[in-house]
Amino acid sequence: MQFFDPSILQSGQYHDWLVQGLILSLQLTVVSFAFALPFGALVAVMRTATFAPMRALGATIVESIRNVPLLAHLLFWYFAFPELLPESARELLYANNPEVVCAVIALSLYAGVHMAEDIRSGIRAVPATQLEAARSLGLGRAASVRLVLLPQALRASVPPLLSQTVNLWKDTSVATVIGAAEMMYQAARVETASFRSLEAFTFATLAYLTVSLLISLAAHLYGRRYPVRAA
Amino acid sequence: MIVLDKVNKWYGDYHALVDITERVEKNEVLVVCGPSGSGKSTLIRTLNRLEEIQGGSIAIDGRDIHAKGADVNALRAGIGFVFQHFNLFPHLTVLENCTLAPVRLKRASKAEARDYALQLLERVGLAHKQDAYPNALSGGQQQRVAIARALAMRPPIMLFDEPTSALDPEMVGEVLQVMRTLAHEGMTMVCVTHEMGFARDVADRIWFMAEGKLLEKATPQAFFANPQHPRAQQFLADRKRD
Amino acid sequence: MNAFLELIDTYWLYFLVGQYPDGPLGGLVLTVLLSGAALVLAMPLGLMLGIARVSPYRAVSLPVAGVVQVVRAVPLLLVLFWAYFFLPAVTGVKTSQAATMLIVLVVFDSVYLAEIVAAGIRALPPGQLESARSLGLSYGQALRHVVLPQSLANGLPSIVNQLVSTIKATSLGYIIGLSEVSFIASQINTLVFTQSVQVYLILALTYFMLCFGLSRLAFLLERRLQRRAVQPN
Repeated sequence: MQFFDPSILQSGQYHDWLVQGLILSLQLTVVSFAFALPFGALVAVMRTATFAPMRALGATIVESIRNVPLLAHLLFWYFAFPELLPESARELLYANNPEVVCAVIALSLYAGVHMAEDIRSGIRAVPATQLEAARSLGLGRAASVRLVLLPQALRASVPPLLSQTVNLWKDTSVATVIGAAEMMYQAARVETASFRSLEAFTFATLAYLTVSLLISLAAHLYGRRYPVRAA
Repeated sequence: MIVLDKVNKWYGDYHALVDITERVEKNEVLVVCGPSGSGKSTLIRTLNRLEEIQGGSIAIDGRDIHAKGADVNALRAGIGFVFQHFNLFPHLTVLENCTLAPVRLKRASKAEARDYALQLLERVGLAHKQDAYPNALSGGQQQRVAIARALAMRPPIMLFDEPTSALDPEMVGEVLQVMRTLAHEGMTMVCVTHEMGFARDVADRIWFMAEGKLLEKATPQAFFANPQHPRAQQFLADRKRD
Repeated sequence: MNAFLELIDTYWLYFLVGQYPDGPLGGLVLTVLLSGAALVLAMPLGLMLGIARVSPYRAVSLPVAGVVQVVRAVPLLLVLFWAYFFLPAVTGVKTSQAATMLIVLVVFDSVYLAEIVAAGIRALPPGQLESARSLGLSYGQALRHVVLPQSLANGLPSIVNQLVSTIKATSLGYIIGLSEVSFIASQINTLVFTQSVQVYLILALTYFMLCFGLSRLAFLLERRLQRRAVQPN
C-alpha cells in the first residue's frame, strides 16, 4: 500500500464521494449566505433603530445566537426542533433532506448574527455628521439613510462581511455532526472505507484552503479598489 | 560636542536635509527655528538616530552615531530627548517613569535611581506627584516630568523637539522656566522651538532652517535685530505680525 | 413541568462532570477546564508569534503571517481530524480525545492570540517606543517594560473574547467522542428520549450564561480601559 496515492483523488468511487462532499459544502455555504445576509441586515437595522424595544430585541437575537456554539445549534435544529412541529410539517421535513435543511437553518442564523454585527459597525463607522449634513440639505430621514449612510456603511462592511463568509464556509464542516454529507463527512467516510485518511484529508484541506484564500483575496482586492475614504 | 558633517537625508525623492555642516559646542544652548516643513524636527531626530541619514556623518563626543556597527542604545543613553507630545509611560507612576531606564540599564541601583529621580522631580517642581499616573497630570506637568525623566540618565546633552508646541498657552511658561534653569546650569542643549522669547533670552546661537537647508546661523541679538537671509527676514516679519 | 424538573434532578451531576469519578472528567467542567487550559498554554506561544508578526525584519514577520493565514483558512474540525487520526501514528502514543482537543485548541488559540498581540502592539502610539528607545533601552527592553504591558492590558477584552471562542470550539470535541458538555447533553437526550427540546434548550442556556457572562466582562473591561487611558496629546 502506497503512502500517498493521489490516484484515488482523481477518479473512482472515493473521488466521487469527496467531490460530492465538496459540492454540498459549497451549496450549504451559498444557500446559507443567501439567507444570512438579509437576516443580518434586518437585525443590524433593528440594533440601530431609534425605538429602544426594537434595539433590545435585536440585541437579544444577536446575543442568544452568538453565545451558543454552532454545534449546539445544529443539534437543536435537527433533534429538538422537529419535535415542536405539527405532525404533517415534521413528515414533510423528514422526507426532504432534513440534515441539509436543519444545517441551512442553523448556519444561516449563526452567520446572520455575525454579519449583523459587521453591518452595524459599518453603520457606526459613518460619522454622525454625515447624516446631519444630509438632513441639513433637506433630505428626509429615509432618503438620508438610503443615499448617504448605507452606501458608506456597506463599503466599510464589505471586508468584514467577506471575512464572515470565510467563517461560514469553514463552519459548514460542523454540519457533519447531524449527518449532512458535506466534505468532512465524506472524508471520514472515505477513511472508514479505505483507511486512506491522508489522501482524503489532504483533499479536504486543499479545498478549504483554496476557497478561503480566494474569498480573502477578494476582500483584499475590494479594500484596495474601494478604499474606505474618510470625509 | 556635536559635529555634523555634510548631513543629507531623503524621504524618497524629497530632500529633507541638505548638506548640513556645523558644530555644537559644550555648554552651548542652540535654538533651531524656521517655518514648518523646514526639516528642523527631522534634524534633531537624526541627532539621536530616531531618523536615519543617507549622507554625511554626525559625531557626538567623537563617536559617529550613524556608523554601521554603532551601539545605538549606549549612545542614546547619553543623550536626553524631550518630545513634543511628552510620551510618558501611562502604565507607570511619575517616579517609575524616571527610574525605569537608569535601573534597567544598570546605571544605578533602585535606591540610587529613586533618590536622584526625586531630586530631579523636586527641581521641576513635581516631587509631590511622584506616585501619580501621567493621566492625572496636566500637559505642562507631564512635560516637566518628561524632562526629569530624560535628566535621570545624567546625559551631557539634552535635545528638545518643540517641547511647548502641544501645550496650552498658560502652561508654556512653567516648562520654559525649567529649560531656562537647565541652560543657566550649563547643560548643552539643542532646542527646536517657536518660542522666540526663550531664544532671545537663553540661546547662545540660533540656526534658521528652511527647506532642509541651514540658511542662517547667528547670535540671538544679531538674528533678531538684523537677519541676513531673505527667508529669515520673511520668517521674522511673519512672526511680528502674529 | 414535573418531567422537566425530574430531568434536571436526575442528570444535573452527569451534565456537570460527566462520568467522574467513575470515569474520566466530562461535562461542563471539562468544557471550562479545557478552554481555560488551552488559553493559558497558548499565551506564551501567542505572545512570541505576535511579537514576530510585528517584527521589522520581513524574514521573521512574513512566515508568521503565512502560518496565521493558513491556520485561519481551514476549519478547526479539519485540524482536529488531522490530529486525531495522525497524532497517534506520529507520536506512537495513543492520545486521548481530551489531549488531542487540547493540542488543537492551543494551536488555534496561539494564532488568534498572536493577532491580538500584534494588533495591540501596532495600536500603541509610536511615541511610546520612541521615547523608550531614546532613553537608551534596547528594542527588547522597550517591548518588555513599555510596549507589552500596555498592549496586553489594552488587549485584555479581546483575550477574554478569545476565551469565549475557545469555549464554543470545545463543542467540536463531540465529533471525536470527547465527553464535553454537548456530547453529554446528547447522551442524556438518548437516555430520556422524550424531552429533546428541554435537553437542548438547557444546553443552549448553559452556553449562553457562560459565554454571555464572559463577553459582558470583556465589555466592562473595555469601558474601564477607555476611561483610564491617557488623553491623546
